Amino acid sequence: MIFISTIARLLGIPKGCIMEQPITSLETGTTAVILRLEGGHWFQNKMRGIGIREQKTIRLVAKHPFNGPVVVEVDNREMTIGRRMAEHIITRIPK
Amino acid sequence: MKKIVLMGNPNVGKSVVFSRLTGANVIASNYPGTTVDFSKGKMCLGKEGHEIIDAPGTYSLEPSNKAEEVALEMFEQADLIINVVDATNLERNLYLTLQILERKKQVVLALNMWDEARHTGVTIDLKKLEHDLQIPVVPTVALSGEGIHDLIGRIDEVRSLEKIEPMNESDRWIKIGKIIRNVQQVTHRHHTLRDWISEASIRPLTGFPLALAMIFTALWLVSFIGETLISYFFDPLFTLYTPIAMGLSTWLGPGILQELFIGKLIDGQIDYIQSMGLLTTGIYVPFAMVLPYIIAFYSILAIFEDSGYLPRLATLTDTIFHRFGMHGFGIIPVFLGLGCNVPGILAARSLETKKQRFIAATLIAISVPCMAKNAMVFGILGPYGVGYIFLVFATLFIVFVVSGLILNQLMKGDSPEICLEIPPYRKPDTVTVLKKTLMRIRWFLKEAIPFLFLGVLLINLLYTIGFVEWLGGIFAPVIQGWFGLPKEATTALLIGFLRKDLAVGMLLPLGMSPMQLVIATTLLTIYFPCVGTFAVMFRELGIRDMIKATAFMAGTAFMVGGMMRLVLLGI
Repeated sequence: MIFISTIARLLGIPKGCIMEQPITSLETGTTAVILRLEGGHWFQNKMRGIGIREQKTIRLVAKHPFNGPVVVEVDNREMTIGRRMAEHIITRIPK
Repeated sequence: MKKIVLMGNPNVGKSVVFSRLTGANVIASNYPGTTVDFSKGKMCLGKEGHEIIDAPGTYSLEPSNKAEEVALEMFEQADLIINVVDATNLERNLYLTLQILERKKQVVLALNMWDEARHTGVTIDLKKLEHDLQIPVVPTVALSGEGIHDLIGRIDEVRSLEKIEPMNESDRWIKIGKIIRNVQQVTHRHHTLRDWISEASIRPLTGFPLALAMIFTALWLVSFIGETLISYFFDPLFTLYTPIAMGLSTWLGPGILQELFIGKLIDGQIDYIQSMGLLTTGIYVPFAMVLPYIIAFYSILAIFEDSGYLPRLATLTDTIFHRFGMHGFGIIPVFLGLGCNVPGILAARSLETKKQRFIAATLIAISVPCMAKNAMVFGILGPYGVGYIFLVFATLFIVFVVSGLILNQLMKGDSPEICLEIPPYRKPDTVTVLKKTLMRIRWFLKEAIPFLFLGVLLINLLYTIGFVEWLGGIFAPVIQGWFGLPKEATTALLIGFLRKDLAVGMLLPLGMSPMQLVIATTLLTIYFPCVGTFAVMFRELGIRDMIKATAFMAGTAFMVGGMMRLVLLGI
């Protein structure tokens, strides 16, 4: 999942054409819509509890190096989440 | 008497509401996870007294860490819930509200941070919200006290309701969606300078330099304020006091009473650090050496806490802290531990697993020196040069890193990832900062003075009965042979169990070289926690893990002491 954007770039596919990708493969500063949360019930509950839910607009504020956490913004609120969790947040960039 | 429990998401201001309702002071800060335990207070309503309980924040009634478990426990006992809600983030907050209502609890909703909601362009129709939820809704600004009166007034209006039936998670969100569409309007907001600063301080490229600058400024401020307070206020105060103490000394005359209250005169004069009398060292150490730094540290800490910077720091340190078996939030207990290990270890409750909490508590106890001890290290090593102070802290830092790496490998269990809300930056309020600092100073004095007196008494007693000689003899092979310290240092290590600051003071009369002092003060942090820390570790970790942690500390102290001797003394 992580490499989709890289592959797409190599193939010369413009960004907007990629249907869905995890929030972690977005470029910093990009806004997208959450399509679904992948993973166990506990994880999904936790994410929704802090405001990360399907249909919400999400912005990638920062991505920390060495597989560090990502910072996202939903409903004007910033949140730090671990990289592995973030990889399970699937988004789409609206056209 | 009714039990009223304050519940809500983390960092919505429950503790501030609690202080407003009860008049009792509890620590409130601008980061999620400030409250890890419950506080109780009383409030009068009409003629009836009620018990008010401040519970830790939680996103739902399914706890995911120890602090949230406490919240759930409080919830079960409650007769009535004041559900404190962040008005700027109503949608997410309503999830807990619905869960509470489904459990048939009586609820009043406090829409807190009402002013901030207005500023950020959020409008909420109170009448409609009351209608949808069928409970009283009161807008509040707990920081200024606005709305608190109404909140109290409407507690009586609460009645049981049968309307909300238990539902599953997705139905709950659907219901919330309906309510939000009905009651809330958000006007689009442009990015402000505050947002820009917020993002700069959390992005890696700009965040790290900023963090370093912040921490160095903070350290510099603490030492500057501490030193200034000592040289311009506390030392002059004791200069005035000296003739009184000397007079008392003469009046008492040589004997047991003089020994006890004034202590040993050095060249016919009182030496506030070395005399070891109740009315000399017993009050000089806490007031003139430690208190100034406590004041400095806690006022700076309060500014950090209230600004909302700490969660950003936690984000920046996340990657590193994963190597130590924790995640970025671990920096917050460490930060608090620099003031006093006890609240530091308590703050580890917000970490999710046992492994994380064990590592956090052990690392704090082993390598995070508390301010009382730091102050003494500054006071005693300072005259020899800053380099020696640096050696102590550099060694402790290495111990922190190496122990973290080792413990992460040794300990079984999970280290889940970080999941932390970043609050907006808020300007720390001067009065709140002062109040909070004062509260912590009072707490320090209450804890420190009795133990210091006990320590001084014990030292006198142990010397008189010859216990010190005997103990020194037993530990001589380790202390003298392995660490390269005089065997009398054993007593200081013993007293360190009561008060580390007093123990550092006891090292001075032993005539050690500066390098020996560096070794001794470093070991004083590593070898064993003080009695208060010990008690809180026992409570938080249980007896087995506490013994494990203690064994790890003793082992580390043994190795580090030996190595320091080799490197620093060269023998």
